[in-house]
Amino acid sequence: MVTREHEDVAAARAVAETVTDPELPMLTLADLGVLREVDLAEDGAVEVTVTPTYSGCPALAEMRTDLRRRLAEAGYPRVRVHTVLSPPWSSSWITERGRRKLAEHGVHPPDDSASGDQGGAGGPVPLTLEPPRRRIRCPRCGCPDTERTSEFGATACKALYRCLGCREPFEYFKEI
Amino acid sequence: MSFDNAYEAVTEAQPDGDTRWAFGTGFVDPLDGVDTTVPAGVDRDGLATYCLMLGDDALVLSHRLSEWTTRAHELEDEVALANIALDLLGQARMLLSRAASVAGDGADEDSLAYFRDEREFRNVRLVELPRGDFGRCVAGLLVFSTWRLAVLSRLTRSADPVLAAVAAKGVKEVTYHRDYAARWAVRLGDGTEYSARRLHQGFADVLPFVPELFTPHELERELARQEVAVDPAPLRPEFDEVLRTVCTTAGTELPEVSTVGTLAGGAGRHGVHTEHLGYLLAEMQSLARSDPEARW
Repeated sequence: MVTREHEDVAAARAVAETVTDPELPMLTLADLGVLREVDLAEDGAVEVTVTPTYSGCPALAEMRTDLRRRLAEAGYPRVRVHTVLSPPWSSSWITERGRRKLAEHGVHPPDDSASGDQGGAGGPVPLTLEPPRRRIRCPRCGCPDTERTSEFGATACKALYRCLGCREPFEYFKEI
Repeated sequence: MSFDNAYEAVTEAQPDGDTRWAFGTGFVDPLDGVDTTVPAGVDRDGLATYCLMLGDDALVLSHRLSEWTTRAHELEDEVALANIALDLLGQARMLLSRAASVAGDGADEDSLAYFRDEREFRNVRLVELPRGDFGRCVAGLLVFSTWRLAVLSRLTRSADPVLAAVAAKGVKEVTYHRDYAARWAVRLGDGTEYSARRLHQGFADVLPFVPELFTPHELERELARQEVAVDPAPLRPEFDEVLRTVCTTAGTELPEVSTVGTLAGGAGRHGVHTEHLGYLLAEMQSLARSDPEARW
Protein backbone atom coordinates (compact mmCIF):
# COMPACT_ATOMS: atom_id res chain seq x y z
CA MET A 1 0.00 0.00 0.00
CA VAL A 2 1.25 3.46 -0.87
CA THR A 3 1.31 5.61 2.21
CA ARG A 4 0.49 9.29 2.25
CA GLU A 5 4.13 10.08 2.90
CA HIS A 6 5.31 8.21 -0.19
CA GLU A 7 2.76 10.07 -2.25
CA ASP A 8 4.06 13.35 -0.87
CA VAL A 9 7.66 12.50 -1.66
CA ALA A 10 6.66 11.53 -5.18
CA ALA A 11 4.63 14.73 -5.57
CA ALA A 12 7.45 16.91 -4.24
CA ARG A 13 9.89 15.14 -6.53
CA ALA A 14 7.58 15.71 -9.49
CA VAL A 15 7.54 19.45 -8.71
CA ALA A 16 11.33 19.65 -8.26
CA GLU A 17 11.80 17.80 -11.53
CA THR A 18 9.95 20.49 -13.47
CA VAL A 19 12.44 23.23 -12.50
CA THR A 20 14.50 24.15 -15.55
CA ASP A 21 18.11 25.16 -15.99
CA PRO A 22 18.31 28.98 -16.24
CA GLU A 23 20.84 28.85 -19.06
CA LEU A 24 19.44 25.82 -20.89
CA PRO A 25 15.71 26.35 -20.35
CA MET A 26 14.82 23.37 -22.55
CA LEU A 27 16.29 21.09 -19.87
CA THR A 28 14.87 20.35 -16.45
CA LEU A 29 17.31 19.81 -13.58
CA ALA A 30 16.37 16.13 -13.80
CA ASP A 31 17.22 16.01 -17.53
CA LEU A 32 20.56 17.68 -16.81
CA GLY A 33 21.34 15.17 -14.07
CA VAL A 34 22.05 17.78 -11.38
CA LEU A 35 19.02 16.87 -9.24
CA ARG A 36 20.34 14.06 -7.09
CA GLU A 37 17.66 13.47 -4.44
CA VAL A 38 14.30 14.71 -3.23
CA ASP A 39 13.16 13.60 0.21
CA LEU A 40 10.84 14.57 3.04
CA ALA A 41 12.43 15.30 6.42
CA GLU A 42 10.81 14.35 9.74
CA ASP A 43 9.86 17.98 10.28
CA GLY A 44 7.95 18.02 6.99
CA ALA A 45 10.49 20.04 5.04
CA VAL A 46 11.41 18.99 1.52
CA GLU A 47 15.09 18.14 1.25
CA VAL A 48 16.49 18.58 -2.23
CA THR A 49 20.04 17.60 -3.15
CA VAL A 50 21.72 19.11 -6.19
CA THR A 51 25.24 19.03 -7.61
CA PRO A 52 27.00 21.73 -9.66
CA THR A 53 28.02 21.14 -13.28
CA TYR A 54 31.15 23.33 -13.30
CA SER A 55 32.83 24.81 -10.19
CA GLY A 56 32.08 28.36 -11.28
CA CYS A 57 28.69 27.81 -12.88
CA PRO A 58 26.63 30.80 -11.69
CA ALA A 59 23.41 28.97 -12.55
CA LEU A 60 23.55 26.94 -9.34
CA ALA A 61 22.42 29.87 -7.17
CA GLU A 62 19.53 30.47 -9.55
CA MET A 63 18.59 26.77 -9.50
CA ARG A 64 18.43 26.75 -5.72
CA THR A 65 16.18 29.81 -5.70
CA ASP A 66 13.95 28.37 -8.41
CA LEU A 67 13.62 25.07 -6.53
CA ARG A 68 12.54 26.88 -3.36
CA ARG A 69 10.09 29.06 -5.23
CA ARG A 70 8.53 26.31 -7.32
CA LEU A 71 8.10 24.05 -4.31
CA ALA A 72 6.67 26.92 -2.24
CA GLU A 73 4.14 27.64 -4.97
CA ALA A 74 3.19 23.94 -4.97
CA GLY A 75 2.47 24.00 -1.24
CA TYR A 76 5.82 23.06 0.29
CA PRO A 77 6.81 26.17 2.24
CA ARG A 78 9.78 24.56 3.92
CA VAL A 79 12.55 23.54 1.56
CA ARG A 80 16.17 22.78 2.27
CA VAL A 81 18.52 22.61 -0.70
CA HIS A 82 21.73 20.65 -0.13
CA THR A 83 24.72 20.63 -2.42
CA VAL A 84 26.89 17.57 -2.96
CA LEU A 85 30.20 17.65 -4.79
CA SER A 86 30.88 13.94 -4.89
CA PRO A 87 30.62 12.04 -7.11
CA PRO A 88 31.29 14.99 -9.44
CA TRP A 89 28.75 15.69 -12.16
CA SER A 90 29.75 14.65 -15.64
CA SER A 91 27.97 15.07 -18.95
CA SER A 92 27.14 11.36 -18.91
CA TRP A 93 24.53 12.25 -16.23
CA ILE A 94 22.38 13.98 -18.87
CA THR A 95 19.38 11.73 -19.52
CA GLU A 96 18.29 10.38 -22.90
CA ARG A 97 15.32 12.74 -22.77
CA GLY A 98 17.70 15.63 -22.02
CA ARG A 99 19.88 14.71 -24.99
CA ARG A 100 16.87 14.58 -27.28
CA LYS A 101 15.68 18.00 -26.09
CA LEU A 102 19.12 19.56 -26.53
CA ALA A 103 19.25 18.30 -30.12
CA GLU A 104 15.71 19.56 -30.80
CA HIS A 105 16.87 23.01 -29.70
CA GLY A 106 19.94 23.06 -31.89
CA VAL A 107 22.49 22.15 -29.18
CA HIS A 108 24.41 18.99 -30.03
CA PRO A 109 24.40 16.65 -27.00
CA PRO A 110 27.73 15.49 -25.55
CA ASP A 111 29.55 12.63 -27.25
CA ASP A 112 30.72 10.97 -24.05
CA SER A 113 32.80 8.46 -25.99
CA ALA A 114 35.12 11.38 -26.88
CA SER A 115 36.08 12.12 -23.28
CA GLY A 116 39.66 11.09 -22.67
CA ASP A 117 41.26 9.42 -19.70
CA GLN A 118 41.14 12.05 -16.98
CA GLY A 119 43.35 10.28 -14.51
CA GLY A 120 40.46 9.06 -12.36
CA ALA A 121 42.83 6.88 -10.37
CA GLY A 122 44.69 9.94 -9.09
CA GLY A 123 47.58 9.70 -11.55
CA PRO A 124 48.82 11.93 -14.39
CA VAL A 125 46.24 13.20 -16.87
CA PRO A 126 47.43 12.59 -20.45
CA LEU A 127 47.98 15.66 -22.62
CA THR A 128 45.92 15.83 -25.82
CA LEU A 129 47.32 18.19 -28.40
CA GLU A 130 44.78 17.15 -31.03
CA PRO A 131 41.26 18.53 -30.78
CA PRO A 132 38.89 15.92 -29.34
CA ARG A 133 37.50 13.43 -31.88
CA ARG A 134 33.78 13.78 -31.61
CA ARG A 135 31.08 12.37 -33.83
CA ILE A 136 29.06 15.47 -34.50
CA ARG A 137 26.35 15.97 -37.08
CA CYS A 138 24.74 19.34 -37.58
CA PRO A 139 21.68 19.37 -35.29
CA ARG A 140 19.78 21.38 -37.92
CA CYS A 141 20.45 19.64 -41.25
CA GLY A 142 22.11 16.38 -40.13
CA CYS A 143 25.21 17.02 -42.25
CA PRO A 144 28.24 15.11 -40.86
CA ASP A 145 30.65 17.75 -42.13
CA THR A 146 31.14 20.14 -39.19
CA GLU A 147 34.04 22.10 -37.78
CA ARG A 148 34.88 23.36 -34.31
CA THR A 149 35.24 27.13 -34.05
CA SER A 150 35.96 27.32 -30.32
CA GLU A 151 36.28 24.89 -27.46
CA PHE A 152 34.64 27.46 -25.15
CA GLY A 153 31.20 28.95 -25.69
CA ALA A 154 28.59 31.23 -24.18
CA THR A 155 28.35 29.10 -21.04
CA ALA A 156 30.94 26.97 -19.27
CA CYS A 157 29.38 23.76 -20.60
CA LYS A 158 29.36 24.48 -24.34
CA ALA A 159 31.72 24.64 -27.34
CA LEU A 160 31.04 26.37 -30.66
CA TYR A 161 30.76 24.58 -34.00
CA ARG A 162 29.85 25.39 -37.58
CA CYS A 163 28.12 23.20 -40.14
CA LEU A 164 29.96 23.10 -43.45
CA GLY A 165 26.77 21.94 -45.21
CA CYS A 166 24.16 24.51 -44.22
CA ARG A 167 26.84 26.99 -42.97
CA GLU A 168 24.94 27.58 -39.73
CA PRO A 169 26.81 27.88 -36.42
CA PHE A 170 25.62 25.69 -33.56
CA GLU A 171 26.55 24.85 -29.99
CA TYR A 172 27.92 21.59 -28.66
CA PHE A 173 27.43 20.48 -25.05
CA LYS A 174 30.96 19.51 -24.02
CA GLU A 175 31.72 16.06 -22.71
CA ILE A 176 33.36 16.33 -19.31
CA MET B 1 4.70 36.31 -13.26
CA SER B 2 5.00 39.57 -15.17
CA PHE B 3 6.80 42.82 -14.50
CA ASP B 4 6.46 46.34 -15.80
CA ASN B 5 10.17 46.63 -16.35
CA ALA B 6 13.35 44.60 -16.19
CA TYR B 7 14.48 46.23 -12.96
CA GLU B 8 11.37 44.99 -11.13
CA ALA B 9 12.01 41.49 -12.40
CA VAL B 10 15.57 41.40 -11.14
CA THR B 11 14.85 43.00 -7.79
CA GLU B 12 11.78 40.90 -7.00
CA ALA B 13 11.97 39.58 -3.45
CA GLN B 14 12.57 35.84 -3.32
CA PRO B 15 10.96 33.40 -0.87
CA ASP B 16 14.26 33.00 0.95
CA GLY B 17 14.75 36.74 1.28
CA ASP B 18 17.40 36.97 -1.41
CA THR B 19 17.03 39.69 -3.97
CA ARG B 20 17.51 38.76 -7.56
CA TRP B 21 20.33 40.46 -9.36
CA ALA B 22 22.23 39.46 -12.48
CA PHE B 23 22.61 35.76 -11.72
CA GLY B 24 19.77 34.98 -9.43
CA THR B 25 20.69 35.72 -5.90
CA GLY B 26 23.27 37.36 -3.79
CA PHE B 27 25.98 34.73 -4.04
CA VAL B 28 25.34 31.98 -1.57
CA ASP B 29 28.16 30.09 0.08
CA PRO B 30 29.25 27.61 -2.62
CA LEU B 31 29.58 24.92 0.04
CA ASP B 32 26.14 25.65 1.51
CA GLY B 33 24.61 22.27 2.23
CA VAL B 34 27.87 20.34 1.77
CA ASP B 35 28.99 18.23 4.72
CA THR B 36 32.00 20.25 5.87
CA THR B 37 33.01 18.16 8.87
CA VAL B 38 36.79 18.05 9.31
CA PRO B 39 38.02 14.45 9.57
CA ALA B 40 39.47 13.44 12.92
CA GLY B 41 43.22 13.88 13.25
CA VAL B 42 43.46 16.61 10.59
CA ASP B 43 45.20 19.81 11.68
CA ARG B 44 42.44 22.45 11.32
CA ASP B 45 44.63 25.55 11.06
CA GLY B 46 46.90 23.79 8.62
CA LEU B 47 44.00 22.66 6.46
CA ALA B 48 42.53 26.18 6.44
CA THR B 49 45.85 27.68 5.33
CA TYR B 50 46.34 25.01 2.66
CA CYS B 51 42.87 25.77 1.25
CA LEU B 52 43.86 29.45 1.17
CA MET B 53 47.01 28.60 -0.80
CA LEU B 54 45.18 26.69 -3.52
CA GLY B 55 42.24 29.11 -3.43
CA ASP B 56 44.44 32.21 -3.74
CA ASP B 57 46.27 30.69 -6.75
CA ALA B 58 42.93 30.30 -8.50
CA LEU B 59 41.49 33.66 -7.36
CA VAL B 60 44.47 35.77 -8.42
CA LEU B 61 44.91 34.06 -11.80
CA SER B 62 41.17 34.29 -12.38
CA HIS B 63 41.39 38.05 -11.91
CA ARG B 64 44.39 38.32 -14.25
CA LEU B 65 42.66 36.26 -16.94
CA SER B 66 39.50 38.34 -16.64
CA GLU B 67 41.61 41.32 -17.74
CA TRP B 68 41.56 39.78 -21.24
CA THR B 69 37.87 40.56 -21.57
CA THR B 70 37.61 43.16 -24.39
CA ARG B 71 41.36 42.79 -25.07
CA ALA B 72 41.83 39.41 -26.80
CA HIS B 73 42.56 39.17 -30.51
CA GLU B 74 39.41 37.19 -31.32
CA LEU B 75 36.02 36.89 -29.70
CA GLU B 76 36.47 33.11 -29.37
CA ASP B 77 39.64 33.48 -27.32
CA GLU B 78 38.13 36.19 -25.21
CA VAL B 79 35.28 33.81 -24.40
CA ALA B 80 37.73 30.98 -23.76
CA LEU B 81 39.81 33.03 -21.32
CA ALA B 82 36.69 34.31 -19.57
CA ASN B 83 35.46 30.71 -19.22
CA ILE B 84 38.79 29.61 -17.77
CA ALA B 85 38.70 32.57 -15.38
CA LEU B 86 35.17 31.56 -14.33
CA ASP B 87 36.20 27.95 -13.65
CA LEU B 88 39.10 29.18 -11.52
CA LEU B 89 36.84 31.62 -9.70
CA GLY B 90 34.51 28.73 -8.90
CA GLN B 91 37.40 26.69 -7.54
CA ALA B 92 38.58 29.72 -5.54
CA ARG B 93 35.12 30.22 -4.03
CA MET B 94 34.90 26.62 -2.83
CA LEU B 95 38.44 26.64 -1.47
CA LEU B 96 38.08 29.98 0.33
CA SER B 97 34.75 28.86 1.76
CA ARG B 98 36.40 25.67 2.95
CA ALA B 99 39.21 27.70 4.51
CA ALA B 100 36.68 29.91 6.29
CA SER B 101 34.51 27.06 7.56
CA VAL B 102 37.51 25.08 8.82
CA ALA B 103 39.03 28.10 10.58
CA GLY B 104 35.63 28.92 12.08
CA ASP B 105 36.72 32.46 12.95
CA GLY B 106 33.77 34.26 11.39
CA ALA B 107 35.47 34.85 8.05
CA ASP B 108 33.74 33.93 4.80
CA GLU B 109 34.78 33.69 1.17
CA ASP B 110 34.12 37.39 0.57
CA SER B 111 36.03 38.64 3.60
CA LEU B 112 38.96 36.41 2.64
CA ALA B 113 38.95 37.64 -0.95
CA TYR B 114 38.35 41.32 -0.31
CA PHE B 115 39.62 42.18 3.15
CA ARG B 116 43.00 40.51 3.36
CA ASP B 117 46.14 42.49 2.58
CA GLU B 118 48.90 41.49 0.22
CA ARG B 119 51.05 39.79 2.87
CA GLU B 120 48.14 37.57 3.87
CA PHE B 121 47.72 36.14 0.37
CA ARG B 122 49.28 32.69 -0.01
CA ASN B 123 49.33 32.34 -3.82
CA VAL B 124 52.45 31.48 -5.79
CA ARG B 125 53.98 34.54 -7.47
CA LEU B 126 53.50 33.18 -11.00
CA VAL B 127 49.78 34.02 -10.99
CA GLU B 128 50.25 37.68 -10.05
CA LEU B 129 52.58 38.58 -12.95
CA PRO B 130 51.17 41.28 -15.25
CA ARG B 131 48.92 40.15 -18.08
CA GLY B 132 51.50 40.74 -20.84
CA ASP B 133 50.75 39.82 -24.45
CA PHE B 134 49.01 36.69 -25.73
CA GLY B 135 52.28 34.76 -26.02
CA ARG B 136 52.93 35.47 -22.36
CA CYS B 137 49.33 34.51 -21.49
CA VAL B 138 49.66 31.14 -23.28
CA ALA B 139 53.04 30.39 -21.68
CA GLY B 140 51.78 31.32 -18.21
CA LEU B 141 48.53 29.38 -18.55
CA LEU B 142 50.36 26.30 -19.85
CA VAL B 143 52.78 26.38 -16.92
CA PHE B 144 50.07 27.03 -14.34
CA SER B 145 47.53 24.52 -15.58
CA THR B 146 50.12 21.76 -16.08
CA TRP B 147 51.27 22.24 -12.49
CA ARG B 148 47.79 22.59 -11.03
CA LEU B 149 46.45 19.58 -12.92
CA ALA B 150 49.30 17.45 -11.56
CA VAL B 151 48.47 18.64 -8.02
CA LEU B 152 44.68 18.34 -8.31
CA SER B 153 44.78 14.87 -9.84
CA ARG B 154 46.60 13.65 -6.69
CA LEU B 155 44.46 15.74 -4.38
CA THR B 156 41.43 13.65 -5.43
CA ARG B 157 42.75 11.15 -2.86
CA SER B 158 42.98 13.69 -0.03
CA ALA B 159 41.94 12.57 3.42
CA ASP B 160 39.75 15.68 3.50
CA PRO B 161 36.62 14.72 1.55
CA VAL B 162 35.81 18.33 0.62
CA LEU B 163 39.28 18.96 -0.83
CA ALA B 164 39.07 15.63 -2.66
CA ALA B 165 35.70 16.56 -4.17
CA VAL B 166 36.79 20.09 -5.15
CA ALA B 167 39.88 18.56 -6.77
CA ALA B 168 37.86 15.96 -8.67
CA LYS B 169 35.72 18.71 -10.22
CA GLY B 170 38.81 20.82 -10.88
CA VAL B 171 40.66 18.04 -12.71
CA LYS B 172 38.05 17.98 -15.47
CA GLU B 173 38.11 21.76 -15.82
CA VAL B 174 41.87 22.25 -15.70
CA THR B 175 42.32 19.48 -18.28
CA TYR B 176 40.44 21.74 -20.71
CA HIS B 177 42.56 24.74 -19.65
CA ARG B 178 45.83 22.91 -20.20
CA ASP B 179 44.73 21.56 -23.58
CA TYR B 180 43.70 25.08 -24.65
CA ALA B 181 47.07 26.56 -23.66
CA ALA B 182 49.03 23.63 -25.11
CA ARG B 183 47.29 23.83 -28.50
CA TRP B 184 47.88 27.58 -28.66
CA ALA B 185 51.53 27.09 -27.71
CA VAL B 186 51.86 24.69 -30.66
CA ARG B 187 50.12 27.14 -33.00
CA LEU B 188 52.32 30.04 -31.94
CA GLY B 189 55.56 28.06 -31.76
CA ASP B 190 54.91 26.35 -35.09
CA GLY B 191 53.48 29.50 -36.71
CA THR B 192 55.53 32.40 -37.99
CA GLU B 193 58.95 33.45 -36.81
CA TYR B 194 57.23 36.39 -35.13
CA SER B 195 54.63 34.30 -33.24
CA ALA B 196 57.36 31.86 -32.14
CA ARG B 197 59.40 34.76 -30.79
CA ARG B 198 56.46 36.11 -28.80
CA LEU B 199 55.82 32.67 -27.27
CA HIS B 200 59.51 32.29 -26.50
CA GLN B 201 59.52 35.67 -24.73
CA GLY B 202 56.41 34.58 -22.82
CA PHE B 203 58.24 31.53 -21.52
CA ALA B 204 61.25 33.68 -20.63
CA ASP B 205 58.95 35.82 -18.47
CA VAL B 206 57.25 32.98 -16.57
CA LEU B 207 59.88 30.23 -16.28
CA PRO B 208 61.85 32.04 -13.52
CA PHE B 209 58.80 31.45 -11.30
CA VAL B 210 58.56 27.70 -11.97
CA PRO B 211 60.94 26.42 -9.25
CA GLU B 212 58.71 28.10 -6.65
CA LEU B 213 55.80 25.89 -7.80
CA PHE B 214 57.72 22.77 -6.85
CA THR B 215 59.23 24.05 -3.60
CA PRO B 216 56.73 23.04 -0.93
CA HIS B 217 55.98 25.25 2.03
CA GLU B 218 56.66 23.38 5.27
CA LEU B 219 52.90 23.20 5.82
CA GLU B 220 52.35 21.47 2.47
CA ARG B 221 54.98 18.89 3.43
CA GLU B 222 53.43 18.32 6.83
CA LEU B 223 49.90 18.00 5.46
CA ALA B 224 51.16 15.72 2.70
CA ARG B 225 52.43 13.41 5.44
CA GLN B 226 48.88 13.42 6.85
CA GLU B 227 47.63 12.59 3.31
CA VAL B 228 45.59 15.78 3.26
CA ALA B 229 47.74 17.85 0.89
CA VAL B 230 49.93 17.10 -2.13
CA ASP B 231 53.67 17.68 -2.00
CA PRO B 232 54.38 19.22 -5.42
CA ALA B 233 58.13 18.42 -5.43
CA PRO B 234 57.86 14.87 -6.85
CA LEU B 235 55.57 16.13 -9.63
CA ARG B 236 58.33 18.08 -11.38
CA PRO B 237 59.30 15.29 -13.86
CA GLU B 238 55.67 14.98 -14.96
CA PHE B 239 55.52 18.77 -15.50
CA ASP B 240 58.77 18.79 -17.47
CA GLU B 241 57.53 15.94 -19.65
CA VAL B 242 54.35 17.82 -20.60
CA LEU B 243 56.30 20.97 -21.47
CA ARG B 244 58.81 18.94 -23.45
CA THR B 245 56.02 17.31 -25.48
CA VAL B 246 54.44 20.68 -26.23
CA CYS B 247 57.75 22.28 -27.19
CA THR B 248 58.80 19.37 -29.39
CA THR B 249 55.47 19.51 -31.23
CA ALA B 250 55.74 23.28 -31.52
CA GLY B 251 59.32 23.06 -32.77
CA THR B 252 60.48 25.47 -30.08
CA GLU B 253 62.92 25.30 -27.21
CA LEU B 254 62.42 26.65 -23.74
CA PRO B 255 64.73 29.59 -22.99
CA GLU B 256 67.46 29.32 -20.39
CA VAL B 257 66.50 31.52 -17.46
CA SER B 258 67.65 32.18 -13.91
CA THR B 259 65.29 31.47 -11.05
CA VAL B 260 63.77 34.52 -9.40
CA GLY B 261 65.00 35.09 -5.85
CA THR B 262 63.23 34.60 -2.54
CA LEU B 263 63.22 36.68 0.62
CA ALA B 264 65.17 34.62 3.14
CA GLY B 265 63.64 31.52 1.54
CA GLY B 266 60.16 33.01 1.63
CA ALA B 267 58.01 33.27 -1.50
CA GLY B 268 54.31 33.47 -2.37
CA ARG B 269 53.23 30.69 -0.02
CA HIS B 270 54.77 32.70 2.87
CA GLY B 271 53.07 35.92 1.82
CA VAL B 272 56.13 37.33 0.03
CA HIS B 273 54.97 38.67 -3.32
CA THR B 274 56.05 40.67 -6.34
CA GLU B 275 55.15 44.35 -6.56
CA HIS B 276 52.33 43.42 -8.97
CA LEU B 277 50.02 41.78 -6.43
CA GLY B 278 49.30 45.00 -4.55
CA TYR B 279 48.03 46.71 -7.70
CA LEU B 280 45.92 43.70 -8.61
CA LEU B 281 44.34 43.60 -5.15
CA ALA B 282 43.76 47.35 -5.18
CA GLU B 283 41.57 46.90 -8.24
CA MET B 284 39.92 43.66 -7.16
CA GLN B 285 39.12 44.84 -3.62
CA SER B 286 38.29 48.50 -4.17
CA LEU B 287 34.52 48.14 -4.52
CA ALA B 288 34.12 45.84 -1.53
CA ARG B 289 36.31 48.07 0.62
CA SER B 290 34.60 51.31 -0.35
CA ASP B 291 31.15 49.82 0.27
CA PRO B 292 31.40 46.88 2.68
CA GLU B 293 27.62 46.49 2.69
CA ALA B 294 27.42 46.07 -1.09
CA ARG B 295 25.77 42.88 -2.36
CA TRP B 296 26.36 41.27 -5.71
